[in-house]
Amino acid sequence: MMVGHRTRLWPGLAALAASPGLAILAIATLLAASPGMGPAGPGSGFDSYIWRVLGFTLVQAGLSTILSLAFALPLTRALARRPVFPGRSLMVKLFGLPLVLPVIVAVFGITAVWGHNGAISNALEAMGLPGLSPLYGLSGILIAHTFFNMPLGVRLLLPVWDSIPGETWRLAGQLGMNSWQIFRLIEFPRLMAAVPGVAMLIFLLCFSSFTVVLVLGGGPRATTLEVAIWQALRLDFDIDRAVALALLQVSACLIAGILFYRLSRTPISAPTEERQVVRPDAASRFGLLADIVWLTAGFLWVMAPLVAITVSGLAGPVADVLGRANIWAAAGRSAAVGVSAGFLALIIGLMLATTARDLAVRSRRSRLADWLEIAGSQTLIVSPVVLGAGLFLLLFPRVPVFDWALPLAALVNGLVTLPYVLRLVGPVLRRTAEHHDRLCAGIGLSGISRFRIVEWPALRRPAATAMALASALATGDLTAIVLFGLDPDTTLALLLYSALGSYRMDQAAVIALLLVATCLSVFIVIEGLGRAASRIGTS
Amino acid sequence: MSRIITVLLLVLTTSLTTGTARTEPLTIYTYDSFVSDWGPGPEVQKRFEVRCGCETEWVAVGDAASLLTRLRLEGAAGNADVVLGLDTNLMTEAVESGVVSEHGLGQMDFDLPITWDDPVFVPFDYGYFAVIYDSEVLAEPPASLADLVSGGSGPDFIIQDPRTSTPGLGLMLWVRTVYGDDAAAAWEDLSSRLLTVTQGWSEAYGLFLEGEAPMVLSYTTSPAYHQMVEETDRYKAAMFPEGHYMQIEVAAIAASTDQPDLARDFLSFIGTPEFQNVIPTTNWMYPAVDPGDALPSVFRELPTPEISLLLEPDAVAVHRSDWIREWQEALSR
Repeated sequence: MMVGHRTRLWPGLAALAASPGLAILAIATLLAASPGMGPAGPGSGFDSYIWRVLGFTLVQAGLSTILSLAFALPLTRALARRPVFPGRSLMVKLFGLPLVLPVIVAVFGITAVWGHNGAISNALEAMGLPGLSPLYGLSGILIAHTFFNMPLGVRLLLPVWDSIPGETWRLAGQLGMNSWQIFRLIEFPRLMAAVPGVAMLIFLLCFSSFTVVLVLGGGPRATTLEVAIWQALRLDFDIDRAVALALLQVSACLIAGILFYRLSRTPISAPTEERQVVRPDAASRFGLLADIVWLTAGFLWVMAPLVAITVSGLAGPVADVLGRANIWAAAGRSAAVGVSAGFLALIIGLMLATTARDLAVRSRRSRLADWLEIAGSQTLIVSPVVLGAGLFLLLFPRVPVFDWALPLAALVNGLVTLPYVLRLVGPVLRRTAEHHDRLCAGIGLSGISRFRIVEWPALRRPAATAMALASALATGDLTAIVLFGLDPDTTLALLLYSALGSYRMDQAAVIALLLVATCLSVFIVIEGLGRAASRIGTS
Repeated sequence: MSRIITVLLLVLTTSLTTGTARTEPLTIYTYDSFVSDWGPGPEVQKRFEVRCGCETEWVAVGDAASLLTRLRLEGAAGNADVVLGLDTNLMTEAVESGVVSEHGLGQMDFDLPITWDDPVFVPFDYGYFAVIYDSEVLAEPPASLADLVSGGSGPDFIIQDPRTSTPGLGLMLWVRTVYGDDAAAAWEDLSSRLLTVTQGWSEAYGLFLEGEAPMVLSYTTSPAYHQMVEETDRYKAAMFPEGHYMQIEVAAIAASTDQPDLARDFLSFIGTPEFQNVIPTTNWMYPAVDPGDALPSVFRELPTPEISLLLEPDAVAVHRSDWIREWQEALSR
């Protein structure tokens, strides 16, 4: 049955050399750089400051997770309880936006809404009430993390409700269950299976949060390990401390990552019927009111910063900012970094997914295949800052690191966005093997011609989408470029950061909007290439 | 015909040689407020370019303490010819890390509160750090450094990060000089009234003028700007009996330079009235050479500290990273 199809290991092995190979190399470099390089000798990086930074990192990640879930759970329940209302699908789509919005742009939007001179504060002052206090430190970080992770929670938890079969609801209706009984007997057990995994993911994301804390953290009191690594490397040039912080970050993420992997193993079963179900507690007036409140709050929470970005961008000194030549050069460099990162992620992703597919479908080694894909998606454990710091120390001072800022930023972003490519491309590759391997073997189709005739038509669209997503995310990235970039006008994200840093909010508004437009253009053009190619293919 | 060819060749060669004779611009690394539109940069650039018949390129690298980090990170491969804006606190470390070289200009005359005979650095201005307050918001400013430190959750205060900013470093050393080994405890007390720690002076002063906090760390000379340009006495310096830490800002030839002669010319230009007379009303500091009547009278009327404090560059170099860690720890509590 497996005639003619060998399992090719080399693409996967080559891809593994990049990810996690480079991450392992980075950590090895950090370990090697640890002793002797600093003035105070080995181990001198670990002092009480570091433990306090770890403490703050844990506290803010814990609080961010609790707040995000406390908001997401009732909101998701409201969404699940109202399967039909005008704008529902739009709202679910809206909740996907914070995940692809450049973090630095979102942070700007949040300050424009919640800041000392933001919309809410100004409205309060107009009514004669005291305005909001400045958005520094923990409160600002929590607001921003909830902006990103509440919608993520909703998107991840909604399938839990969708998985409750229609028979269950009919039974609940026949038994006359009220809302509390439904929660206790039907929803709670399912949530208990899903929530720990989601919570762990949100915790991990907040633990490694960089851009939010870099901009909204106020001084040494509100610093996470990630930001402290950057400070040690770029502000102090204190290699001992940078290494100590990076090793602490990796260890903590490894523990959290193992917990996440163990907690998120319960698969969510698919719904048994497609038909819309009506819950017996949907008619209660109090329930309706509560749902309306939660849905409105959730909508405003996500929408307000997005509106603020658009409105203040258009109201800002558009002609003045767009008239500057360095703005357009920066936009070009942002897009170049983005597209290169996306291309890199696509190539590595395809190589890794091909070998994983071969292992799973042809050699029946699906556990090994899973591990291969997990190894490729290690960026939740080895954060971009740690990866960047490791590469930095590996190259410095042998290579003029700063002259290589753009390629290095593209490399780091390519590895960081690899998981998206694997998720979008992997299943398609497996399906083509399952469906066509026997036929191809029968007619002797293999190698490049098989890829061209069998795989590529099915892959074009998801591959283009994956590369578009990876490119758009990398275009708006600040993390890697703030580590490797020297001049503030290297990319748009860096320009936006320096405008925010010097509190030139009107200029920041225009740059933020231009950065969103650049990311969107990159996405649309690359995704469009996939469509155009498909059309040619089918005609 | 041959004459035409000769003329053409002549035109061609002269245009080629003038093309190659045009030297690379002199690259000067400095802090951002120096090159802002209202800072000394534009005028200094114009005057020096006329004098040398060359071009200069000014690179702003955040606040001044990040200048040293930038030079160390770039190493010999960097583009800097001149570094302008370090202060005495960073001199020893700059020399030890090999990012600057001797100017070889011999003895130059300055009117500084201390005698100057450094073989590497040329001072261009000086001043005293001070807490500047908005007298319309704060009727009673802190009467002393002790008052500021132990004032509890009094009015908010904005400071700069000593790792990136020379005023931030100056305040850290000021507290250190006055409190000695109790500096950490003093910072813990002070931390409750810190609104934020900015990376540079420009950000901090910008926030202060926006009204985000009634106090900011700046210089005793800062009110001169508001008096001369805005004609207001609203912003004042709080004078402290414990003394004020002094800052002497310096320039040096970068070790990475490929045109040391031009860089040396720039350093000697710093000592001339052409450079010095620009300083008071653009950088709002005391010039390193007393310009006599050219100094605006406002500067002569400013309060000067009874005690001025300054640590030896070598002492700062030995302890700076320990003291910064101590500062970080105290503020992260």
